[in-house]
Amino acid sequence: MRTASTSPTRLHIDWTRCHGRGLCTELLPRLLGRDVWGYPIARDGSREPAVPSSALSEARTAVDLCPRLALSLITDVNRGPGNRKAGTSL
Amino acid sequence: MTTSRRRRPPEPPTTERLFAAQGAGLVEHQQRFGPLPELAGTALVPLLDRSGLTGRGGAGFPAGRKIAAVTGRRAVVIGNGAEGEPLSRKDAELLSRAPHLVLDGLKVAAAAVSADKVVMYVPSRTVSTIRTALSERRSAKVDRHPVTVVAAPDGFVAGEESAVVRRVEGGPALPRDRTVPSSTSGVRGRPTLVNNVETLAHIALIARYGSRWFRSLGDPSEPGTMLVTLTGGPTTPSVLEVPTGTRLTDLVGHLGVADPRALRAVLLGGYHGSWISGAMVTGARLSRAGLAHLGASPGAGIIHALPADQCGLARTADVLGYLAGESARQCGPCRNGLPQLARLFEDLGYHRVDDRLVDEVCRMIDLIDGRGSCRHPDGTARLARSALDAFASDITHHRHRRCEAALTSVHGAGGPRHRTSGSR
Amino acid sequence: MIDQALWALGRGTGITALAFMTVALFLGIATRSGRPLLMLPRFAVADVHRFASLAGTLLVVLHMALLFFDPYAQLRLVDFIVPFLGAYRPLWLGLGTLVFDLLAVVMVTSLLRHRLGVRVFRAVHWATYALWPAAMAHALGNGTDAGHAWFLLFAGCCAVTVCGALVWRLHANYTEYAGTRTPGRQ
Repeated sequence: MRTASTSPTRLHIDWTRCHGRGLCTELLPRLLGRDVWGYPIARDGSREPAVPSSALSEARTAVDLCPRLALSLITDVNRGPGNRKAGTSL
Repeated sequence: MTTSRRRRPPEPPTTERLFAAQGAGLVEHQQRFGPLPELAGTALVPLLDRSGLTGRGGAGFPAGRKIAAVTGRRAVVIGNGAEGEPLSRKDAELLSRAPHLVLDGLKVAAAAVSADKVVMYVPSRTVSTIRTALSERRSAKVDRHPVTVVAAPDGFVAGEESAVVRRVEGGPALPRDRTVPSSTSGVRGRPTLVNNVETLAHIALIARYGSRWFRSLGDPSEPGTMLVTLTGGPTTPSVLEVPTGTRLTDLVGHLGVADPRALRAVLLGGYHGSWISGAMVTGARLSRAGLAHLGASPGAGIIHALPADQCGLARTADVLGYLAGESARQCGPCRNGLPQLARLFEDLGYHRVDDRLVDEVCRMIDLIDGRGSCRHPDGTARLARSALDAFASDITHHRHRRCEAALTSVHGAGGPRHRTSGSR
Repeated sequence: MIDQALWALGRGTGITALAFMTVALFLGIATRSGRPLLMLPRFAVADVHRFASLAGTLLVVLHMALLFFDPYAQLRLVDFIVPFLGAYRPLWLGLGTLVFDLLAVVMVTSLLRHRLGVRVFRAVHWATYALWPAAMAHALGNGTDAGHAWFLLFAGCCAVTVCGALVWRLHANYTEYAGTRTPGRQ
């Protein structure tokens, strides 16, 4: 059984809300770049980039500060069946 | 287990399965297929697992596993017939010729997840057919739950799972951001099962004839039959039921094309699928395994031939223009990137080509891939990449202001199909 | 003596609150632009906007509390919630009450925005454009120092700041990337 510390935290972007304001790209420069229209782009090319534990606090700040509430942090733990509301800020 | 001795049950269909009944009415349906057995709630999933049925809506997810994932109270089951893909008409055909198979499958699935809301999501022009079928069933007291019919708007993304859920909730048929799958939280937070109508029809047959019967045809790793829509050849577009793993050469033959190598290319899986060049058709089979080495997949059974006198790059440019127009325009990268990709491909297909352009196209594809709430940009990226691959020689020709399609055009009859109108 | 102190502090907190609200409005508009501001990166603009709003709210509450306990002001509890019922210059006082009412709703929805969702949060946030004019009008109408030159200078600076921000807000090039993007469905 996996414990919370082994399942990676991932950053989920709600693209229908994102306006590419760029706050998250400032707070998480190693995780996110910015495309030609200003939207965040995961440097590792994944849909939901994994957040290393060293960047977890900045990630939480980004989730909190995003003016469009477009970010959330997901772990595999809270994505399973029975959890209706995954993606609330950790 | 005693069987009724009043009548012999009808023989299970062999090669033609889905359209085996003589007509679309309930009487013909029951005559050909017999009664639908009452399956114990937990019996369906193992039965489907044994049968190896995969979803026929394009994604090909194992049907048993999908149903098993829907647990919890107040589940919702939706039959998805919103065929937004212009090159596909198999769902429309199925709904008009065998609606009762679809509705039987819906009933079986609903019982398996103890659903208390059962919905048919179909294009407006099909609504009356389904309503007629439902009223026949009501008179004969066939269904336990009333089935709600929700009209799906025309549009490419209207059949996307989260768009279906949203429309059934009463909202617009546009995709929604999801952090959990619909099986966990769908229509108003309830566990929701969304199945393509063809998948449901197969479920209705498996419930009657069992998994061994289902596996008796088709590719062993992905068994059974599937509906394909054939377009682009000399013959009129048609819908066929074929075993999985059928040779592409045979399918292309149904289109009136004797030698597939004479085709410029074949588009497999529709506008979110992949091009394969004419030369690759021989030896390819219509299954995941049979197409994986070509970077393609059967998708929802769309097979579209591109004749030699048509330019693949130009055609792709037209398709990309269409896909850009069909974006839900909710997500920045899709809304901005798809039109830009279409413009770049137009240059590739119709205007001057140079290294810089090809690089820009590749960069734009990377920018849109995986960056949206639904898979519309992903599918568009897939199509574009496959075009760059399948039509690589055309890119070289276009650099030198030539086109193979123009060279192949038959004695000026109609001229090279290069400057297609592009209107849709 | 205490009365004098309460009265002075009551006015002082009011004026400082107005200053913070001016800063908050300016930074709110800056946040919406998606641009960094001078030395502040974007996330800091958003952060200082919040800080200024919270500070302003705190000062407004302090302003109200001090004046409540000040016998000279003669304010009843109801005057803090229902506007335009006051004894002294009811219109201008009422605007002050309105500011508090709007501020309460805006602050609560902002603090609960993750639960309420972005649409509710944004819809209520539009009310912030009404906050500053109401606060300024209240200060000019009710404020004892309104006649003094230093106050008018201060008010003028606030007004210039807000007008500048509004002009910027309405400018075509207001948002970063405004030129390169296709307008959305939202």
